[in-house]
Amino acid sequence: MLSRVAESIYWMSRYLERAENVARFIDVNWRLALDIPEQDEQWGPLIMITGDYGDFLERYEEGATRENTLHYLTLNPGYPNSVLSCLRAARENARTIREMIPSEMWEIINAFYHDAESVARDPSAFIADPAAFCRRAKQYGLALGGVSLGAMAHDESWRFFNLGQSLERADKTSRILDVKYFILLPSLQDVGTALDYIQWTALLRATSGLQAYRHRHGRIAPQKVAEFLLLDQEFPRSVLFCLMTAQRMLHEITGSRLTYFSNPAEKDLGLLCAQLSYTSMEDILKHGLHEFTDNLQTRMNTAGNAIFTTFFDVIPAIDQTAEQ
Amino acid sequence: MDGGMDFSGYEPGGFYDEMFEAPGRARPGWALLKDKLESLNPGELGTRQSAAEKAFYDLGVTFTVYGRAEGTEKIFPFDIIPRIVLASQWRRIERGLTQRIMALNLFIHDVYNGKEILKDGVVPSDLVLSAQGYFKECEGLSPPLGVWCHITGADLIRDHKGEFFVLEDNLRSPSGVSYVLANRAVLKQTLPQVFAASKVRPVDEYPSLLLDMLHAIAPQRADSPQVGLLTPGVYNSAYYEHSYLAQQTGMELVEGRDLVVRDGYAHMRTTRGLVRVDVLYRRVGEDFLDPKVFRKDSLLGVPGIMDVYRAGRISLANAPGTGVADDKVIYAYVPKIIKYYLDEDPILPNVPTYLCSNPKERAYVLENLEKLVVKPANESGGYGMLVGPASTAAKREEFAMLIRQNPRNYMAQPTIMLSRAPVIVGDHFEGRHVDLRPYIVYGDKIKVLPGGLTRVALVKDSLVVNSSQGGGSKDTWVLSGDG
Repeated sequence: MLSRVAESIYWMSRYLERAENVARFIDVNWRLALDIPEQDEQWGPLIMITGDYGDFLERYEEGATRENTLHYLTLNPGYPNSVLSCLRAARENARTIREMIPSEMWEIINAFYHDAESVARDPSAFIADPAAFCRRAKQYGLALGGVSLGAMAHDESWRFFNLGQSLERADKTSRILDVKYFILLPSLQDVGTALDYIQWTALLRATSGLQAYRHRHGRIAPQKVAEFLLLDQEFPRSVLFCLMTAQRMLHEITGSRLTYFSNPAEKDLGLLCAQLSYTSMEDILKHGLHEFTDNLQTRMNTAGNAIFTTFFDVIPAIDQTAEQ
Repeated sequence: MDGGMDFSGYEPGGFYDEMFEAPGRARPGWALLKDKLESLNPGELGTRQSAAEKAFYDLGVTFTVYGRAEGTEKIFPFDIIPRIVLASQWRRIERGLTQRIMALNLFIHDVYNGKEILKDGVVPSDLVLSAQGYFKECEGLSPPLGVWCHITGADLIRDHKGEFFVLEDNLRSPSGVSYVLANRAVLKQTLPQVFAASKVRPVDEYPSLLLDMLHAIAPQRADSPQVGLLTPGVYNSAYYEHSYLAQQTGMELVEGRDLVVRDGYAHMRTTRGLVRVDVLYRRVGEDFLDPKVFRKDSLLGVPGIMDVYRAGRISLANAPGTGVADDKVIYAYVPKIIKYYLDEDPILPNVPTYLCSNPKERAYVLENLEKLVVKPANESGGYGMLVGPASTAAKREEFAMLIRQNPRNYMAQPTIMLSRAPVIVGDHFEGRHVDLRPYIVYGDKIKVLPGGLTRVALVKDSLVVNSSQGGGSKDTWVLSGDG
């Protein structure tokens, strides 16, 4: 298929996944604020995990109040990773490939976008209680997953759709885990208390994984929650599960065998999957959870760049201008 | 009212009415439709009209309106009462268009090769060489099969006596054929019985006609040439049509940035590397086609593609340079062009045309602005024209100045009282002015699609049918008999 078309599908999918996940971040934090009324609301960590804290402080002098944070992450049209910006970008990509995607998918994208737009027009209710919009965002996301599975031909374009979705999801799950790193406990003694427990539970809820976790591990134990979100082989939002899916899609696109590589993207992703598959939680904790996820995010970016050069930028743009 | 809507109050007015020869008396071929429409229960026609509109919405049949921000897609307004053309009328149209396209194609080839017609003084050389559609870069070229104008969408109108005239030739990149196909698909559901009983000739073969033509003009006569449709992209007003035609024919929908010239050939960038392209149906104007040859600032084109074309390694439809015969001033010479190349009289007449470059005709135009329609030579879509009888003194003054400043760029025609056809307005029928745009495909031979886009000026008394100026459309039924 045309590189441009493949790239549009890939980015449409990534932006949709990103929009949904930002809503999921907000949802975790809102739950924490509700569940721990005696503590002041902490919204700063949500921005820290995006890596865009510097940009945020330039735009909002009063810092990470609830209103500022929600506005920045959800509605700010000038911030490219806000829910609204992501949806706008997803919709623009979808428009150029409308004949390739099921009409149901186009309708959901439109509905999601118009929903966010109407929230942006009058954000007061959303700022007061963001839960309702976050829940709808999750539902749009789940509906999109359903349409891709049940109404799209499982051909090359579908594989690029899944490739984008799973890479974005892996990145975002690792960042949801980071919320716990940045969020402050009132004091050291609170480790292992009800408060700590509530925070870990909120992470699972944000990934729609609480029930799956309960079935698998039962009691909420920090190390188990981290393991579940990073390394679980069956939970569809765990980092390893997503990367494995991405790897499978990649090999189905190129036709090369799974344990070999025929291009840099397959090599990067293959290495990442192999390393995660043969890593235990003990290994991870030895290096530090945050350091581990940080490194993971960098390497996923590298794999994303390799996908760009392998499939979308067949003749690099710079080469072409040289020829003129 | 007891029954549904009827035509008892319908007033054909002083115009040629497509449906009625006199109040209450339908023309041949229309009686079946009239009876059917009048037999519907009260409200039924309105229900069917709404259902048809919803069908267009669901199909996503839209066009883009320039000059507005987001949400610029609109549905092309549609009236469910079809426009009927009898077999005998159509035969004449078909013969007339075939003759015209044949002659225009010979003209284009001559202009870029021997220039015999200019040397013989039949068409003034300076008019041709100063036409905006003339490209000196195309001198000496000879496209496959000698065909330049592969796809044409001529505009036909009828005057107060019902005589057909050619108003414009539209040889560059005519749009609208997707509406012909969509209108038909929807109308078959809207009025199935009368459609079936009327023995209407099908239009569904258009995608095949198009694809067969593109294969026929492929450079190496390869078994399965790689064909693409080159679109300016999603912001173009006709993007829906580009995407629809690509979908219906299976050709790749490509933008300039998808293509690259390598080793003397044009290629598409795909996820599996470069793939050679043999034929492009281009919906991008020459100006933007190749920044190395034409406009340097074009981002829509493909650098180097003209070299590939000159080397005969890619075919382009329509051929670059075709627009020279689509100049509204050259138009005035088409009857002479037909006579010159074919030694025949035109089957379909031109609308009388006054060229402002000619001092005598210019004087007439300037004295009679309030009676004439003035058009610039190279605009389309109904932009930049003056409809004299509906104009203000200030507007006429403005045009008089424009004409004096640049006479070559203007021509004028008498205001033709276009024929009318009934449309649904609320709970009754009213007459509205219409034109007809048939589509002609020229590969190994000339084929005229039996049907076309009937455009209708939905604004009462308006003579401008363009979609950008409040026009809508109707399905066009070419009957296989004379009703």
